[in-house]
Amino acid sequence: MTVTAATTAEGAPTPVSVTMTKALNQALRDSLSDDQNVLVFGEDVGRLGGVFRVTEGLRKEFGPERVWDSPLAESGIVGTAIGMAMAGMRPVVEMQFDAYAYPAFEQIVSHVAKMRNRTKGKVSLPLTIRIPYAGDIGGVEHHSDSSEAYWCSTPGLTVVTPSNPADAYSLLRESIASEDPVIFMEPKSRYWMKDELALPVQTAPMDRAQVVRVGSDVTLLAYGPTVRTALAAAEEGADHGLSIEVIDLRSLSPFDDETVSASVRKTSRAVIIHEAAQFGGYGAEVAARVTEDNFTHLSAPILRITGFDVPYPSPKLEEYFLPTAERILDALESWDWEL
Amino acid sequence: MTIDVPTSRRALPQLQPVSFIGADGQPTDVPTDGLTIPSDRTLLGLYQKMVQVRRFEAQVTHLTRQGRLATYPSAAGQEAIEVGATTALAPNDWLFPTYRDSASLLTRGVPVTEILSAFRGDWHCGFDPNEYHTSPAATPLATQTLHATGFAMAAKLKGEDACTLTFLGDGASSEGDTHEAFNFASVWQTPTVFVLANNQYAISTPLREQANATMLADRAAGYGMPGLRVDGNDIAAVFAAVTAALERARNGEGPTLIECLTYRMESHTNSDDPTKYRDAEEVEHWKQFDPIDRLEKHLRTAGVLDDDVAAEITASAEELATSVRDAMNTDAEVDPSELFAYVYANPRANLISQQEKLEAELATAAQS
Ligand SMILES: Cc1ncc(C[n+]2csc(CCOP(=O)(O)OP(=O)(O)O)c2C)c(N)n1
Repeated sequence: MTVTAATTAEGAPTPVSVTMTKALNQALRDSLSDDQNVLVFGEDVGRLGGVFRVTEGLRKEFGPERVWDSPLAESGIVGTAIGMAMAGMRPVVEMQFDAYAYPAFEQIVSHVAKMRNRTKGKVSLPLTIRIPYAGDIGGVEHHSDSSEAYWCSTPGLTVVTPSNPADAYSLLRESIASEDPVIFMEPKSRYWMKDELALPVQTAPMDRAQVVRVGSDVTLLAYGPTVRTALAAAEEGADHGLSIEVIDLRSLSPFDDETVSASVRKTSRAVIIHEAAQFGGYGAEVAARVTEDNFTHLSAPILRITGFDVPYPSPKLEEYFLPTAERILDALESWDWEL
Repeated sequence: MTIDVPTSRRALPQLQPVSFIGADGQPTDVPTDGLTIPSDRTLLGLYQKMVQVRRFEAQVTHLTRQGRLATYPSAAGQEAIEVGATTALAPNDWLFPTYRDSASLLTRGVPVTEILSAFRGDWHCGFDPNEYHTSPAATPLATQTLHATGFAMAAKLKGEDACTLTFLGDGASSEGDTHEAFNFASVWQTPTVFVLANNQYAISTPLREQANATMLADRAAGYGMPGLRVDGNDIAAVFAAVTAALERARNGEGPTLIECLTYRMESHTNSDDPTKYRDAEEVEHWKQFDPIDRLEKHLRTAGVLDDDVAAEITASAEELATSVRDAMNTDAEVDPSELFAYVYANPRANLISQQEKLEAELATAAQS
């Protein structure tokens, strides 16, 4: 599969097989090593290394004063992280699962997002909130939500999501180094994805989208877990004579209008793909702004292939809910290609 | 099953609020719970600050009625808590206030224009938090208790000598964040003092419909931290309790919860009618416990306050009131481009284009 072009430092070790989990783990390790102010805490992130093992070994290596298990309270985790960031630290906190970030919603929306603004730039919050999100892992209720629209519609937040190990490493390093708070969304179904990689690696800057497959007939806009789906659709489409370009948005907020518009102007057609429900979802924003900027270049309406407007279903219904390559290709067929 | 009672297990706080000076200005016979009364010199300084703060609250409330400020939550009647707790802080300590704590900002030295700009509508927070070691006043209830805890945790990790103090109300004590903050602070043993101003009402909801606890200070025990109940209208008790709690915090002995019993004399803000939820009798009753009157009686009896000193203090309060009036007489200019200036550390394309649109709009409007 195609991944973001990774540039490795000169004389870097030869690439080895790296999972996204391992890449994230290494990013945390390197950030902790480079900057004494970086702290890692959250539910079970210490001794256990997190329920997805993203923080494995860090407590042992950096000690319980840099990496520790916090009491079980999400608002408490984010609220105390705010105070720590005000005191000059760079906390990286974990929300154990997507839907369990909701108790921290108020702290994130009312304070994390606004501190810089309400203090006229005098107080910044260099704070990273890691949220494992999305489905396709057979999780029970509340373990498969895609909450990106909530965060993206909140000014003051930066929202990024990697789809592969190289970006996972690079984006997390950049998020932790950022002066602004970042919602770092980790697609759970991609945790175990492997790539040949030599870490450390620096991929594209964190506010840029990446063309991950070049094509000329249509642009598929995907992020996090759906990049894989879009690439599968592109492969299949090629068998039917369609040349499909795939863009991995990477940064949901800010949105990289430039990369996306350049592609859409070339192909004149676009589809946005996400797992979250459609109504009022992130895809609506993408469709609207891409249309506003490129209307005369479009030869078909922008389509959305998304989860249905229902609560995330239980595992046996997941396969009917999630966007698939087939649905994407069917949608492409719905267009009048003679136009 | 045998149970080892850990030595750290705290007894419940005494029911009768600690108070040194009674409503009549005379010493009380309430057990002092290990606290010592501040010197008369210290008390005279606190008295002067309370007089100024009361004049400030009255002036600002007046300006709000005149429509000069959009809203103002007055802490009239609660001066002993605002002044007593804030004065106990060392300059390096950090304060995490709420919307009701403008008097504490004044006590910390924040200029009146910078305090009031939020209520006048210029900007959400009008002062530089780093300059005054004071967080922006929080409006979402209880959220600041966690910020205070996290800040104290960072100070502890860095080995810095900084404690944090945060105010919260009786209503806010029902919020989940309060309980999370108490728990985090106690588990982490952060140098944090929680000052709970129990003024009997959360807007219109009386305490008995807010909590079924015997007293709010009891809650500390459940989190493994000491709790204390003081007479919030006796500044000697508030100052002594906060000073002792800060000393414990500095010694690495962790957080303390101090419940201060008091009463809000004004409405919640200018937009509610307190006669709908409390009667005049109750207000009259609480007037007897006025924090300033009783300290004045005490200080006069002790011979440290006479008419001359009192006149000087009144004059300084009048000066402050004049400066408040002057400061609020003119409307500050606001700069529309500031809308976009402080959202992110680095400029963002969508904000830049929106700013350009607004500027074009304004340019057109200026021409016509
Ligand atoms: C989370 C939240 N819910 C509701 C409000 C609206 N509100 C503002 S003040 C207040 C009452 C608070 O009472 P209390 O904590 O006792 O403090 P007091 O105003 O008496 O000082 C309410 C309900 C709010 N600011 N934040």
